[in-house]
Amino acid sequence: MSRAAEEAGVRAPEVRNAEAAAAVAELGTYKWGFTSDVEQEFAPKGLTEETIRFISAKKNEPEWMLEWRLSAFRIWQTMTQPAWARLSIPPIDYQDAHYYAAPKKRPQLASLDELDPEIRRTYERLGIPIEEQKVLANVAGARKVAVDAVFDSVSVATTFREELRRAGVIFLSISEAIREFPELVRRHLGSVVPVRDNFFACLNSAVFSDGTFVYVPKGVRCPMELSTYFRINAENTGQFERTLIIADAGSYVSYLEGCTAPMRDEHQLHAAVVELIAETDAEIKYSTVQNWYPGDAEGRGGIFNFVTKRALCRGARSKVSWTQVETGSAITWKYPSCVLAGADSVGEFYSVAVTNNCQQADTGTKMIHLGPRTRSRIISKGISAGRSSNCYRGLVRIGPSADGARNFTQCDSLLLGDRCSAHTIPYIEVKTPSAQVEHEATTSRVSEDQTFYAMQRGLPEEEAVALIVNGFCREVLQTLPMEFAVEAQKLLGLSLEGSVG
Amino acid sequence: MLDIRDLHVRVEDRPILEGVTLSVGAGEVHALMGPNGAGKSTLAHVLAGREGFEVTAGSVTFLGQDLLAMEPHARAAAGLFLGFQYPVEIPGVSNLLFLRTALNAQRRQRGEPEISGAEFLRRVRAEAEVLGLDMEMLKRPVNVGFSGGEKKRNEAFQMGILAPRFALLDETDSGLDIDALKVVADGINRFRGPDRGVLLITHYQRLLDHVRPDAVHVMAAGRIVASGGPELARRLEAEGYGALAA
Repeated sequence: MSRAAEEAGVRAPEVRNAEAAAAVAELGTYKWGFTSDVEQEFAPKGLTEETIRFISAKKNEPEWMLEWRLSAFRIWQTMTQPAWARLSIPPIDYQDAHYYAAPKKRPQLASLDELDPEIRRTYERLGIPIEEQKVLANVAGARKVAVDAVFDSVSVATTFREELRRAGVIFLSISEAIREFPELVRRHLGSVVPVRDNFFACLNSAVFSDGTFVYVPKGVRCPMELSTYFRINAENTGQFERTLIIADAGSYVSYLEGCTAPMRDEHQLHAAVVELIAETDAEIKYSTVQNWYPGDAEGRGGIFNFVTKRALCRGARSKVSWTQVETGSAITWKYPSCVLAGADSVGEFYSVAVTNNCQQADTGTKMIHLGPRTRSRIISKGISAGRSSNCYRGLVRIGPSADGARNFTQCDSLLLGDRCSAHTIPYIEVKTPSAQVEHEATTSRVSEDQTFYAMQRGLPEEEAVALIVNGFCREVLQTLPMEFAVEAQKLLGLSLEGSVG
Repeated sequence: MLDIRDLHVRVEDRPILEGVTLSVGAGEVHALMGPNGAGKSTLAHVLAGREGFEVTAGSVTFLGQDLLAMEPHARAAAGLFLGFQYPVEIPGVSNLLFLRTALNAQRRQRGEPEISGAEFLRRVRAEAEVLGLDMEMLKRPVNVGFSGGEKKRNEAFQMGILAPRFALLDETDSGLDIDALKVVADGINRFRGPDRGVLLITHYQRLLDHVRPDAVHVMAAGRIVASGGPELARRLEAEGYGALAA
């Protein structure tokens, strides 16, 4: 961005609105609906103890890991899929899917140049910023971004590892971490989201394919944004990512997660688990741009995104911020949460959830206040278009020992058209009289006055709506790191395409 | 430049305009006056392409094009600017971003390259200085928390930056104190030019003390009932609309 624009007060996330609008104009269908041709090695279809042994063996896991998986699988068999969300989920045949797929060639790469050219091309078509690093490096003072690229289930390339190692930061695929830092993983895996937490988390515990592990040592400020781009590529392959991030005392880390998925006719199941642990005075910022394939306009195809994300603010004055921009998936079931155990710890949740066509989203957060003077802030912006259903579901629980705890919640819903729906379902439980809890909610439409005003100034209708919607989401988009804000704004425009007129 | 011929417009079966004929040539400023409910604002919105109005007869030609066949944003790109009587608030979108996005959208439609950040800023600074606008105000969301006067100045500012061929100003003078009125009038006078046109919709004579029109039209009950020179406006001020509408 030009310095002039900066001076003009056209702040970084905003200036991209024009790009977002341009993207709206340029695209007619799901842009990223292509598949790349990479040889896959599949686990046999179906889910049995054998499948789990296969996965564990493929990954050369230690015995304890296999046992952990197997015990999770046995528990999972006794559980049933939850039905309380405001979602209509078609029956899922868990035996009719592959639970492991890896690119066959899995070389140890010295640099990204050695990456399978086919994979490289896929990334390039997606516009995934592996190349962006170079661009960023040319910008004075620009932050570096380390990318742990997850291609299907296995990390095939990890960059910046050395620089991170020098800082003492461990940034590995979780499979590598299990082999290289077994004690660290073993101590924390499942400590925030226990195996039996819920049906999908339990399934993930049994079959997780790969994911990311981050450890930031005491007092270290991670020298760059850490970034993982997820991508489902194999047909009929469940994607079970597992992420574990530990910020030791006084450390700071910002983690970016984003994904785009290719077009498929059959539903694909995605059940990730993300666990964050913040020790005393540590801070974790976790940002997500989620753009799984949402299905076509009639609701055929699309990803089922059933995710369990939870942070434990264990230490005093620790802080975790979740920021998410959710535009994709046929069905989203996701509640990034914070358990505020440490005194004076802080949890934040900033969310933009967009649903269009036949998409369904039931998403929100849980803020569990345990420690004294813990604070939480929830800003949720829901946008519904087409025939979609968009539900915010949030829990604020203030425990008896959380003296002086405070929460502020703001839930705004924006409707486009008259066939969509928006719902706000807050749960508030307060067990201490000294707590302060505030909840504000609004529902509005993009007004004809606003659209006409913008059109009279020269904007085509879809660009006008994209601009207004971006304004509606501004509070949340502002919390994203700059490189992510760009994508987020593009996605907002893209996902609302065809929702007006 | 703008040719309105026998325009009939209905809103939900209720006739609002019943045969409006009006022509504004290049280099001219016309004032359109008349009592409330005469159809002045309806005419402005129909010209700009707002939905909800049904044109049942007549035609509008703008710079040789069939204006009524164009989308609102295409009318803007062709050079038609509507100064709103009630400028709309757009929360979360800064004035400058809004204006730059709009300007570039227009340029794109005209096949021109996008304006550079530096050039845009140069124009913004120059225009803001002329209108006495605070740069800080321009960074705030579009019209949110602006006073009535600020909103009208902002319309004049947008007009200055977008540099249209034709300005349709709908009661731009209402709600302005005398200083703001002068600023807005100066803006219109600066805008005047041999290849530009203005249709000034106003209730009162007072704006016409600062902007001298080439012609004055009086509208009542959906028709133009009188046309003349600037003296017509002064007569209206003295005698009221009643005499003409009767």
